[in-house]
Amino acid sequence: MTTALNPKFTFDTFVVGAANRLAVTAGRTVAENPGSAYNPLFIYSGSGLGKTHLLMAIGHSAKAFAPQINIEYLTLDEYVEAFHAAIAAGQGDAFRRRFQNVDALLVDDVQFLTNRKEMQTELLRLTEALQQAGHQIVLTSDRPPSEIADLDERLISRFSGGLVVDIGAPDYETRVAILRRKADERGATFQPGVLEAAAGVDFPNVRELMGALNRLVAYQAVNETPMTAAAARQLLGVADAGATARAAASSPAAVSASRPDEFSQFLTDVTVTVGKAVEAWRARVAEAVLRWEGEGYRTGRLEKLLDQDTPAAVDEAIGAYVQDVERLKALEAEVAGLDPQAAGDSLFRDPDRLVEAEAAAVKVREGAAPPPAPSAAFSLGGFVAGASNEVALSAARAVIDAPGRKYNPLVLVGRGGLGKTHLLHAIGLELARRSGAVVACLSTQAFVDELIAAIDGDRVNWWRARYRRATALLLDDIHLLAGKDRTQEELFNLFNQLLDDDRQLVFTAPAHPNTLQGLEERIMSRLEGGLVAEIGDPDRVLRRAALERVLAQQGVAVEAPLLDYLADRPADSVRSLTGLVQRVVTAAAAQDQPVTAGLAREVLEGQPPAAARRSTGLRTSGIVVSTAGGVRSREKMVWDWPAAADRVMEESR
Amino acid sequence: MSLVNFTTREITCKIVYYGPGRSGKTTNLHYVYGRVPQSRRGRMVSLATQTDRTLFFDFLPIDLGQISGFTTRFQLYTVPGQVYYNATRRLVLQGADGVVFVADSQARQLDENLESLQNLQSNLLEHGVDVRAMPLVMQHNKQDLPRELILTPAELDDALNFRSVPSFAADALHGQGVFETLKAISELVLKKLSAGSAA
Repeated sequence: MTTALNPKFTFDTFVVGAANRLAVTAGRTVAENPGSAYNPLFIYSGSGLGKTHLLMAIGHSAKAFAPQINIEYLTLDEYVEAFHAAIAAGQGDAFRRRFQNVDALLVDDVQFLTNRKEMQTELLRLTEALQQAGHQIVLTSDRPPSEIADLDERLISRFSGGLVVDIGAPDYETRVAILRRKADERGATFQPGVLEAAAGVDFPNVRELMGALNRLVAYQAVNETPMTAAAARQLLGVADAGATARAAASSPAAVSASRPDEFSQFLTDVTVTVGKAVEAWRARVAEAVLRWEGEGYRTGRLEKLLDQDTPAAVDEAIGAYVQDVERLKALEAEVAGLDPQAAGDSLFRDPDRLVEAEAAAVKVREGAAPPPAPSAAFSLGGFVAGASNEVALSAARAVIDAPGRKYNPLVLVGRGGLGKTHLLHAIGLELARRSGAVVACLSTQAFVDELIAAIDGDRVNWWRARYRRATALLLDDIHLLAGKDRTQEELFNLFNQLLDDDRQLVFTAPAHPNTLQGLEERIMSRLEGGLVAEIGDPDRVLRRAALERVLAQQGVAVEAPLLDYLADRPADSVRSLTGLVQRVVTAAAAQDQPVTAGLAREVLEGQPPAAARRSTGLRTSGIVVSTAGGVRSREKMVWDWPAAADRVMEESR
Repeated sequence: MSLVNFTTREITCKIVYYGPGRSGKTTNLHYVYGRVPQSRRGRMVSLATQTDRTLFFDFLPIDLGQISGFTTRFQLYTVPGQVYYNATRRLVLQGADGVVFVADSQARQLDENLESLQNLQSNLLEHGVDVRAMPLVMQHNKQDLPRELILTPAELDDALNFRSVPSFAADALHGQGVFETLKAISELVLKKLSAGSAA
């Protein structure tokens, strides 16, 4: 039913001239933001001036801006036919629904609404429904709405309420541009002057102009010698000086009668030459206008030049314009990387508003906060190495040495409190040292929360762009993705994109990925595609080393008996060791005693003093919780600390 | 000479028709004169002897009106072809923007053509102008004469047109090739001018 858009009819192949500039600009605007500006857009012009081309170009362009957009192009006749067929089949409602769900409806040749009352009513209803839903309507006709005979007043006012633009017949320069482009498309080359001669004929529309070109191409194809401008003129039935002169030679009497405009022909030729040679700057400016307008930039500044008689420093003006456009392009590209939505702003298409564009870019730059960085609290140097985490640590070092190339993704697996988070942030910190590195390092929970906030604030594109800039993505506790389908979807896309660009990915999980519940198969398989490095329970040596470091951090004089005693305590993770130290140190502070092995034994084996526990207020596992957002995982924040023994039970459950 | 005056927005082209005596230079001007609407042309000044030979020179001003905002005027001159009027020729040639060399296609006039061409070169040099820098087109006139009397345009090109300038077969009496020649020289002149103003 719906006619497919002709792939040839795009804005790129549409030659813009003074007569159709407004219509094209309006069309582009509509294609970029369907439904928001000029709704409905009503384009009218005589036959063969590019209505259908423009209509389809809007369709193509809208599709290019938003591939998922639902576009219907059809002529009014097709619409009427479809309507009648639907009514005959008793499917009138289905028909209405179909068109009401279209994001952009492009209707060609609406002048045929004349004498079709029921279609007018139907179209009025549809227009209202689409407008209310914010969907775009573009209509074309061969005359303005008010001149379509017998058209419902309400429709006229609806149509006129949007934007009504006309396309005029192309002027000489546009005709030349059209002929050149079409000749190029066909791979036909003509001698200089031939196309200009054809353009010199005042064709009322482009279709006839194309007919003339066809004749020229055909004529040149059958003749071996290239056609001259004179031959072209003769072929197209234009009076030609040379040809008539030859005719005149045989019948001198006919000379004056048959060639009254030999002089005007000469005058035209000289005009063209003067236009090209003397006023070459005009040609250069016009060329620049055509070029940049074709790329979608506003060219008001250049057009102003054309209004002047003798502008000073034309080339400098064009040069400055081009420079501004290049700057705009750079800004747009930069902004697009940060916030694709902001990059669509028309500011970035108007060199006269460069200052505003710069300001907008600054705003976007400020608004585009870098993704959360790794916490400075977890340095690689502070990570206690041992037999149990040897594999993970060496993998981490490999990743730091060659991010994205060796183990990608790297998944650190181990029970809680063994230092996965520490190692993750340490990798992040090391990677962030590289120049130009943007390391996103955060907990999965924060990642999910950010996405929800972005969806809520309608800034998903911005959010995506933020992470796509990252040269490395480090996510803590990937198992928290379970059941969060949208986040998994986003992560999946981000994952693929980063992986394609050889950006490093590091994750942590409490168990091997293939044992995690609620993760999509595609994510799971990707996690397994890299290296899964396990961190085991700490042995005594590692526990001792870790304790030494923790005690030193707490400002406690490290004594061998204290270390030995604590290292022998039943603790299966560094975190629980830290908890032990915390308790001992707090108790010592409360009792105003130095930390010794004896005190530790008393504190840990005797009943811990309740008052001391309360006095510390908020308890954590001893890890410094950065407010910078490094660790926001609730899993890492222990609000109510059970006895060590209870905790062991809980974790091994 | 300043051809384009950007301040007063005027373009003035002085085009000189050069060539041996009786080659048809004045005929060219007459033909153009006949085609230009009265409002556009000035009075054609022709100083001729009783036998209708150009004694001094012909002068035909044409006003092309406003072109791209420029008041455009063409001044067409002819020189007397006869060898003994060289002083006049040199005078007319002064300040020329372009030259049309009208050659007589008759085989027996070949030497005169060559001589006139050499004369053109030396007269230009007198004004300090290199003939290679001067816009020049050739017109092989009298191509309507019987074949056995004339050289073909190709033969004439071989003999005269050693710089390969644009050349046109013409029959100035009936107008064939007249405007083509004029158009070609105008284009050359205007193009040279744009190259000059850009530099």
